[in-house]
Amino acid sequence: MQTVKKIYVSLIFLFLYAPIGTLIVLSFNASKTRSKWGGFTMQWYASLLQDEVILDALTTTLLIAFLSALIASVIGTIAAVAMNGMKRRTRTLLIGVTNIPMLNADIVTGISLMLLFISIGLRFGFGTILLSHITFNIPYVILCIMPRMKQLNPSVYEAALDLGASHITAFFKVMLPDLMPGILSGFLMAFTMSLDDFIITHFTKGAGIDTLSTKIYTEVKKGIKPEMYALSTIIFVTVLILLFLVNKTPDKKEKTN
Amino acid sequence: MQKELIKLEHISKSFDGQMVLDDLDLNIHENEFVTLLGPSGCGKTTTLRILGGFVNPDNGRVIFDSRDITNVPPNKRHLNTVFQKYALFTHMTIADNIAFGLKIKNKPKSYIDDKIKYALKLVNLEGYEKRMPDSLSGGQQQRIAIARAIVNEPKVLLLDEPLGALDLKLRQEMQYELIRMKNELGITFVYVTHDQEEALTMSDTIVVMNQGYIQQIGTPESIYNEPENAFVADFIGDSNIIAATMIEDKLVEILGVRFACVDTGFGIRKPVDVVIRPEDVELTAPEEGTINGVVTHLIFKGVHYEMEVMANGFEWLVHSTQLTPVGTKVGIRVDPFNIQIMNKPESEDEEAVALEL
Repeated sequence: MQTVKKIYVSLIFLFLYAPIGTLIVLSFNASKTRSKWGGFTMQWYASLLQDEVILDALTTTLLIAFLSALIASVIGTIAAVAMNGMKRRTRTLLIGVTNIPMLNADIVTGISLMLLFISIGLRFGFGTILLSHITFNIPYVILCIMPRMKQLNPSVYEAALDLGASHITAFFKVMLPDLMPGILSGFLMAFTMSLDDFIITHFTKGAGIDTLSTKIYTEVKKGIKPEMYALSTIIFVTVLILLFLVNKTPDKKEKTN
Repeated sequence: MQKELIKLEHISKSFDGQMVLDDLDLNIHENEFVTLLGPSGCGKTTTLRILGGFVNPDNGRVIFDSRDITNVPPNKRHLNTVFQKYALFTHMTIADNIAFGLKIKNKPKSYIDDKIKYALKLVNLEGYEKRMPDSLSGGQQQRIAIARAIVNEPKVLLLDEPLGALDLKLRQEMQYELIRMKNELGITFVYVTHDQEEALTMSDTIVVMNQGYIQQIGTPESIYNEPENAFVADFIGDSNIIAATMIEDKLVEILGVRFACVDTGFGIRKPVDVVIRPEDVELTAPEEGTINGVVTHLIFKGVHYEMEVMANGFEWLVHSTQLTPVGTKVGIRVDPFNIQIMNKPESEDEEAVALEL
């Protein structure tokens, strides 16, 4: 029975990770053909780092991810604080509304954003990508902060007021530190989501600018180069690390408290 | 009596159409330990929150030190609150918690350090400066919450069921601590609780509340010994509350038997309620008492035995140090001084009507 269980679990992991595993293995394959193992090499990683177009796309991706996660964290925190002060029914309704963009198909979100930008006459480029990433990131931030918010003892904020703090001081000195673990994991989640996105970016980026995912897509259309395996591996590992951090932060904070 | 410090005038408050306080008047004096006592939902916490500035009354005024502070926000009031669930700042050390109010007032560092030392000494937690709140027990956290409030030298300390989350032993210990702190600080305490024993132990004045009305204001002794209505009698301690008829001054008919009492001025042949505390019911040999009965229940309570005696259709609650087994025929005698006569409420409303002291 035990062995059957072990085999079953191994099979699941095999199916889940076989594709990614293949990719990672191929990224170190010296042979250019996919069917043959030509020995271990780092050359695809090396040539990747010399490819200026790719490095440009990487900079754009990181910048968009960082800025959109940061701005979404600020907006999301403010929204969560406001929603917490609302009556129960309004709050439930609003949380539902903010959840919709997360469940919505990316392609629908992408096309709607594109249409919106066209209709208000925005020039496509860095700005439009950033705007759309902020948009789809906000719900994730709210999602991460709300549970933390519910754990807060409302008397703590009142205690700060009672001791003479203004609302602003009470918020920054007392409420924000308590919310910080939630905000931090919201930020990392948003960063990952932004890093990860292809479809929405594809529809809102316009010509002349690329993030890594859209860059890979165009490159692949021209024929797959082994550098792309290396790039995909790097993205995968980065996202993996970020997800690991997202799940780790709240726990760690709780223990040090 | 000391000078008046707080005056609540005609305070009314309702939440979502539900009346919580109705035309409440209350005076609190300097250096007084006032307890607002009542069942949950009686409006005691709302009254405290109005004092603290966290709730604005719909009607009425809050006068503090002869100044109208009805619309003054909590951070501008010279009183501090100790909250039910401690409400410590969990990301700050104990010292930072206590220093919070002083830092906002930009007090010099040496002053703040002295104050922290003094406050920790007052609450018997010296040397806890560097600890985090989560590493402290519930009782210790509550002490820190008190320390954090009193370093600001408020004229009044508001306490919202501060001992509610503690176990019995710790609660009793903290009651004495609070009395000691109050005497040491010489400030006014306004204390909210639903625990009548807590109220009787600590207070100078007890304000019994029910359904948004003040039922009785008085010293613990007067509240316990001379409850003004059946609610107060029932809420404060165990008691026998029996419908009776006042025959004339100093004579009352209870369950068809005439008892001598000391109250006068209730009129002739007037229906009243009488309160007799269980420890005031004396058991005698049958026929030697005013009324005869049989012991039906017996429980050992530690300090005394709790018995129920069936007599003339009423189960009398009796506390006695003398064991009387179930089934014993007994007589019941009550000292006239221990029979407390109360007017019958004429309507539901009147039962809850505010009584002036």
